[in-house]
Amino acid sequence: MAQPIVELTDITKSFGPVSVLKGVSLKVYPGKITALVGDNGAGKSTLIKGLAGVQPYDSGTVRFDNNIVGLHNPREATALGIEVVYQDLALCDNLDIVRNMFLGREETEWGTLDEGQMEREASETLRSLSVRTVKSVRQKVSSLSGGQRQTVAIARSVLKDARVVILDEPTAALGVAQTEQVLALVKRLAEKGVGVLMISHNLVDVFAVADYISVLYLGQMVASLEATQTTSDDVVGYITGSKTYTGVNV
Amino acid sequence: MSATGAPKKKPTHEELEATSAGSGVPVPDQIGSGFEGGVIDQAKAWLSRVRGGEMGVLPAVAGLVVLFVMFTIASPYFLTDRNFANLLTQAAPYVMLAMALVFVILLGEIDLSAGVTSGVAMGLFVVLSNPGGIKMNWILALLIALAAGAAIGTFIGFFVARVGIPSFVVTLGLFLGFQGLELLIIGTGGLYRIQEPAVIAIESNNLEPWQGWVMIAVILVISFATAMVDRRRRTRAGVPNRTITLLWIRLVIIAVIGGVVVALLNQDRGQSLLAITGVPIVVPLTLFILWLGTFVLDRTKFGAYLYAIGGNPEAARRAGIKVVGIRWTAFIICSSLAVVSGLFSASKVGSVDASFGTQTVLFGVAAAVVGGVSLFGGRGRLIHGAVGAVVIATITNGLGLLNLPGGVNLLVTGGVLILAATVDAVSRVRAGGSLTR
Repeated sequence: MAQPIVELTDITKSFGPVSVLKGVSLKVYPGKITALVGDNGAGKSTLIKGLAGVQPYDSGTVRFDNNIVGLHNPREATALGIEVVYQDLALCDNLDIVRNMFLGREETEWGTLDEGQMEREASETLRSLSVRTVKSVRQKVSSLSGGQRQTVAIARSVLKDARVVILDEPTAALGVAQTEQVLALVKRLAEKGVGVLMISHNLVDVFAVADYISVLYLGQMVASLEATQTTSDDVVGYITGSKTYTGVNV
Repeated sequence: MSATGAPKKKPTHEELEATSAGSGVPVPDQIGSGFEGGVIDQAKAWLSRVRGGEMGVLPAVAGLVVLFVMFTIASPYFLTDRNFANLLTQAAPYVMLAMALVFVILLGEIDLSAGVTSGVAMGLFVVLSNPGGIKMNWILALLIALAAGAAIGTFIGFFVARVGIPSFVVTLGLFLGFQGLELLIIGTGGLYRIQEPAVIAIESNNLEPWQGWVMIAVILVISFATAMVDRRRRTRAGVPNRTITLLWIRLVIIAVIGGVVVALLNQDRGQSLLAITGVPIVVPLTLFILWLGTFVLDRTKFGAYLYAIGGNPEAARRAGIKVVGIRWTAFIICSSLAVVSGLFSASKVGSVDASFGTQTVLFGVAAAVVGGVSLFGGRGRLIHGAVGAVVIATITNGLGLLNLPGGVNLLVTGGVLILAATVDAVSRVRAGGSLTR
């Protein structure tokens, strides 16, 4: 098996007396989609917030490209090429697609924004993901539909050579056709060689795209499996805690 | 297919068509940018944006035209070169105040203390520079006044951006407190006349007629140069430019409006043998600050982040933007520009008393809203605040010429504010937005 790009080992995180992550291990592989599933309160959000550097872990090691790294703030995560697409997308409605995609990392020349350069890169990134649904990159985000917003948010994450993209429920709140489009986009993301970690509650979506499935249950990784080696029923069992898996391989 | 995603609005027919493009559709060579096409395409695109609720400064400009026509019919004095110069100098302090406030309003914040901040700073200025008192060099005194403004902005920024107290509360506290501070600095019932000729000159003296023409030429050259830099960058990046005809049209409009204004102001408007001609000095000063502020908001990272924070602070924070620092800086800019507004006002009135600036701040906020700046943040430009301020100054000026009771002025100003807010809200509801945001 290929070398994992991100490897978490024995991660713990507590909020006061509440222990949310109790020694979690996880691997993300380049060019592969790893689905992270688990019930509400299992610790999924806490796990990805640590990877994003938003909420650092208490203990445990994070290896990136086999080097131990500390993720203490969002800038460190971004510098490594870890990008997160949050469920609420974190887009500015009042700005256009280009400004949103470049938010926080604008191209400048002599201290002024180079709009032409940004527009070209944004357009190229959208095309590299075979996006057909966006008419103009200068549209305001407020005028976009839910699926288009998700598209912009994902395109934003890969704009600057992201190595790992974390997607937090990318298909929640989307209609059937838009879900289809976003899942296709997630696949193309992996085809570009990006390591994708996708959180989802929807096992149909998970089995449609994921290469690996990792199940969190009450702060512990109870199963990490290849998607082809398991069934939806089994995964539901691990999520609800009615089944245990002995061969956890991470 | 249905766009049942999280859109807050019903998708338009066009969007549905765009999203339903199936996988059989080839990927376009280039995604559009709205810069393509000739003048007619651009005009159509602009019209559809206006219909979509992005009215910008349009209602304010329309209102200004209506006011000008009404007052010209109602009073023989309104559209005279003398009153026109008077209107501009009356408007200048409000224009500065509105521009100051736009910086914090874009963040969805407010500075209710902007008026009294100018009062405290100008109080300091007159006490320090007055020949009867400390006799400090007036330039030094002015620098101290500006520094006091920046310090007040730093103070507000600390409590709003760092401690996290709503700006309404912090600046309301300062609004009350600084009225007391003004009394302490100037003394109860005290009044200082501005004695420094250079300060009086800002509002009372004029450019030489030829300097007015130079001013227009400079504006045209700068507009042309920045547009050409933008075009070069876009060409270099291989993205389409707007048709160059649009640039020519814009330059002609600037030249015509600017030419009419300068020609009007270059007439002799003196009432005695002494000729008074030329553009009031405050006009180029205000235009320069308008240009500088617009440059910062439109073309720098700071400006981009200001809009981003105004639109979605959480998104800005996650994008790695130092939200606290940007908010803080915006309050410093606001308070500093408020002092400039106070300087203009003191120059116009010719004196500073203990209630200086206590009445002005809500006019500044009203001007920004009339001009099309959203109090919810993220929408609006400096020019909107400036035009809104001219609208409000025009109401005051025009009604003053009609010899109506003073109360009518305030009633009309309030009515115009509510009208402007309604136009804005309705245009956005028609475009599918919600009333509250």
